[in-house]
Amino acid sequence: MLRSIFIIFFFQLMGEAIKKIFEIRIPGPVIGLILLLITLILLKRIKTKSVSNLKKEVADTSTYILRYLSFLFVPIGVGVVMHFSYLENNLSKVLFIVFISTILTIGITAFLMDRMNKIINKNDRKR
Amino acid sequence: MIEKDKLYSIWVYLQAEPLFWLTLTIGSYLIGDYLYRRSKLFPLVNPVVISITIVSLVLINLNVSYERYFDGAKFIHFMLGPATVALAIPIYRKFKFIQKEALSIFVSLVVGSLFAIISTFALCKIFGISDQLLFSMLPRSATAPIAMGVSELIGGIPSVTAIITLLTGIVGASFGTFALDLLKLKDMAARGFGMGLASHGIGTARAMSRNETAGVFAALALGLNGIATAILVPLLLKLLNLF
Repeated sequence: MLRSIFIIFFFQLMGEAIKKIFEIRIPGPVIGLILLLITLILLKRIKTKSVSNLKKEVADTSTYILRYLSFLFVPIGVGVVMHFSYLENNLSKVLFIVFISTILTIGITAFLMDRMNKIINKNDRKR
Repeated sequence: MIEKDKLYSIWVYLQAEPLFWLTLTIGSYLIGDYLYRRSKLFPLVNPVVISITIVSLVLINLNVSYERYFDGAKFIHFMLGPATVALAIPIYRKFKFIQKEALSIFVSLVVGSLFAIISTFALCKIFGISDQLLFSMLPRSATAPIAMGVSELIGGIPSVTAIITLLTGIVGASFGTFALDLLKLKDMAARGFGMGLASHGIGTARAMSRNETAGVFAALALGLNGIATAILVPLLLKLLNLF
C-alpha cells in the first residue's frame, strides 16, 4: 500500500515539476497521469516478479481511490454554492446556458462516436 | 445534564477543529450515497449534490465561513491530484481498445470541443451576457485548472470560471444520462466519452461509478478536451478578432 501511494505521489510530483520547468498550462496531475501511462506501457515487456507485483499494487490502490472519485469533488462543490453571489443577477441566464450547452454537447459527442464506432466494428467483421 | 453554556463552548471548540468539517463531509456523502443506492442509482439523486447541499446548509445556518470549512475539507480536496494520476491505470487496461478507436476518438473530440465552445458563445450573445462573463464561460467544459488558466489568458475572471466549470460538471453528471438514453445510445465508450468531454471530472466520476469502459473513455475525454480547449478557445477568439 505504502509503496503504491509513494509511486502515485511521485508521478504527480514529477508532473508538477515538468509543468513548472517548461511552463506548460496543463495541470501537474494530468502530466503525472501521462507519465505513469507511458511508464506502464514501457514496462509491459518486463515480466519479472517484482515489477508485476508492484504494478498490481499500484493498480489496486488506484482502483480504490477512483471508487471515491465523486466524493473528492464535495469540497469545491461547497465552494461553488458559497460563492454563487459572484454571478449576481446573471445566475438564471448562466444556469440556462450551461444546462442547454452541456446536455447538447454530451448528446452530440456521444452520438457521433457511437455511429463512427459502429462503422469501425462493421469493417472489422468484414476483414 | 450539560448546561447550555457548556454545550456552546464544546461547539465553539469543535467547529474550530478541521476534524469536525472532515467528518461532516464524509458523513454527508455517506447519506447521499445511501439515498442514491435506495433510489436504485437514479441519476438525479446524485450523492455529490446531496453532500454539497447538506454541508452548505450547515455552513450557512451556523454562519461558518468557507475558509474555516476548507481548513478541514482540504485533506479531501488534496486527493484529487493523486486520483487524477490514478486514472492512468484504467486507461492502460483499455489501451488496445483506445488504439482501435483512435480515429473516432479524434473526430468526436474536435467536434465536441468546438460545439461546447461555440454553443456557449452563441447562447451568451443571444442572452446579452457581458464580454467578461462570456470569456469566463467559454472554457467551462475543460477540467477546472485548465479552464481557469484559459480564462485568465483571454480576459475572463478565473474564480467565476471555477464556479461555472463546477456547475457544468454537476449539470452533466446529473442530466447527461437522460440525453444519452433519449438518443438510445448503447455504446459505453461513446457514452463515457460524451460525459467526460462536456463535464470533465464530475462527469467522469459519474461514468466511472456505472461502467468501467464508460469511465475510461470519460477519463480520456477529460484529458484530451483539457488540451483541446486550451488550444481552441484562444484560436477561435483570434479568428473573431476578439483577442
